[in-house]
Amino acid sequence: MQRLLHFLYEYRAFFTFLILQLLCVWMIVQNNQYQGAQFFNTSNRVAAGVSGTTQDVKNYFALRRINDELSEENKSLRQKLEQREQAIQYLTLKRDSVFDTDIVERFEFVNAKVVNNSTARFKNFITINRGAEEGVEPGMAVINDNRAVGKVKAVSDHYSVIISLLNIDEQSSVLIKRTGHFGTVQWDGTDPRFIDLKYIPRHVVPLVGDSIVTSDFNAVFPPNVFVGIIRQTRLSESDQFHEIDVELAQDFGKLAYVQVVKSRLKREKDSLENIIIGEPK
Amino acid sequence: MTRGFLTSVIGFLVYALLQVMLFQELVLFRYAFCLIYVAYILLLPMETNSLTLMILGFILGLFVDMFYNSLGIHASSLVMVAYLRNYWLGVITPQGGYDAGLAPTLAANGLQWFMVYTIPLVFLHHTILFFTEAGGFGLFWFTVLKIMASTVFTSGMIIVLQYLAGGSRR
Repeated sequence: MQRLLHFLYEYRAFFTFLILQLLCVWMIVQNNQYQGAQFFNTSNRVAAGVSGTTQDVKNYFALRRINDELSEENKSLRQKLEQREQAIQYLTLKRDSVFDTDIVERFEFVNAKVVNNSTARFKNFITINRGAEEGVEPGMAVINDNRAVGKVKAVSDHYSVIISLLNIDEQSSVLIKRTGHFGTVQWDGTDPRFIDLKYIPRHVVPLVGDSIVTSDFNAVFPPNVFVGIIRQTRLSESDQFHEIDVELAQDFGKLAYVQVVKSRLKREKDSLENIIIGEPK
Repeated sequence: MTRGFLTSVIGFLVYALLQVMLFQELVLFRYAFCLIYVAYILLLPMETNSLTLMILGFILGLFVDMFYNSLGIHASSLVMVAYLRNYWLGVITPQGGYDAGLAPTLAANGLQWFMVYTIPLVFLHHTILFFTEAGGFGLFWFTVLKIMASTVFTSGMIIVLQYLAGGSRR
């Protein structure tokens, strides 16, 4: 026994090293799982506060650009509003048409400011200044002016961490708008302007310039959120699927404000699917 | 407590805050990252034992991880550096040994020695960090490029800071 203790004491540095490394590995694994560790990330108040201060300084230098973008967005929103009103008038004229307000108003948006963002790592995250108090929950979609940005990973009272589309672990279901074929987008970790579109079978002919939008199967995003445009396609003799480069609609380096999408019907849809398929993993 | 203890605590805060407030935003050409906090572990006094080094490294790594949303990755690489630091100091002991009571700084041991001391440990740290983050060797050459560029950036920055800080201490 004494010799064992002596042995442990002799190599205490090595054993501490081993224990600390095991602890780290355990944390890395934990954090990789969806909705993993909830506290040790930028959604905690101290970290978000510090990041927010840094971002404030950065934003100050970008004010002109942010203003331009906001006014541009205002313009397009006003346009959409106008179209919507026209449509509603048209609908109310057709008295007998079905007009289900639950469906029309099924999405609600929470405006948020980006307090921390990165694009150069393999696993990029975005921190925003809205959290559980404002109704943000893990799993919600995040968009910017109808362009896909990511999904909420963890929330604290006033902040949330979002898994950016620029994260090698993140996959989203999308479709080619022109042909209607489904595929999956996943970032390859290199260029933040492009994302890979996978699992488009051989017989489909994707063209350069085709729009990629989120599909109706997507568990996170509402359908028809703009993801990007096809820039390059490759298909060798032996490949089962096309290799497609999609240029992202959202410039992630310039993200300043985003909207979190709350889907009122998501719970209903999920619980219905649960009954049939069982609990999601 | 002692003056040395106080200096270490202040150093810890300075490096941690520098990293998360300034150097986190500083990425050159999307390849070169500056992870200046490694310098904290490298520059602690000679006689600091491995246990203290590793525990400080673990805490500092976790703190940085919190801001990078990468729980465990920075901690793991920094603990590795902290564990190997004293062995490496032993291997590269200059002729006549180290002066007692000094920190392993550029001012105390000269530029050549300091580069031999810093660059391999920084390289090791970045290698573990980037390969863990990439989750394997799928993007091998891209990751290697990132490691190389970041090693140059971080080591360069540590050396520049040594010149800046060393002037006042002499």
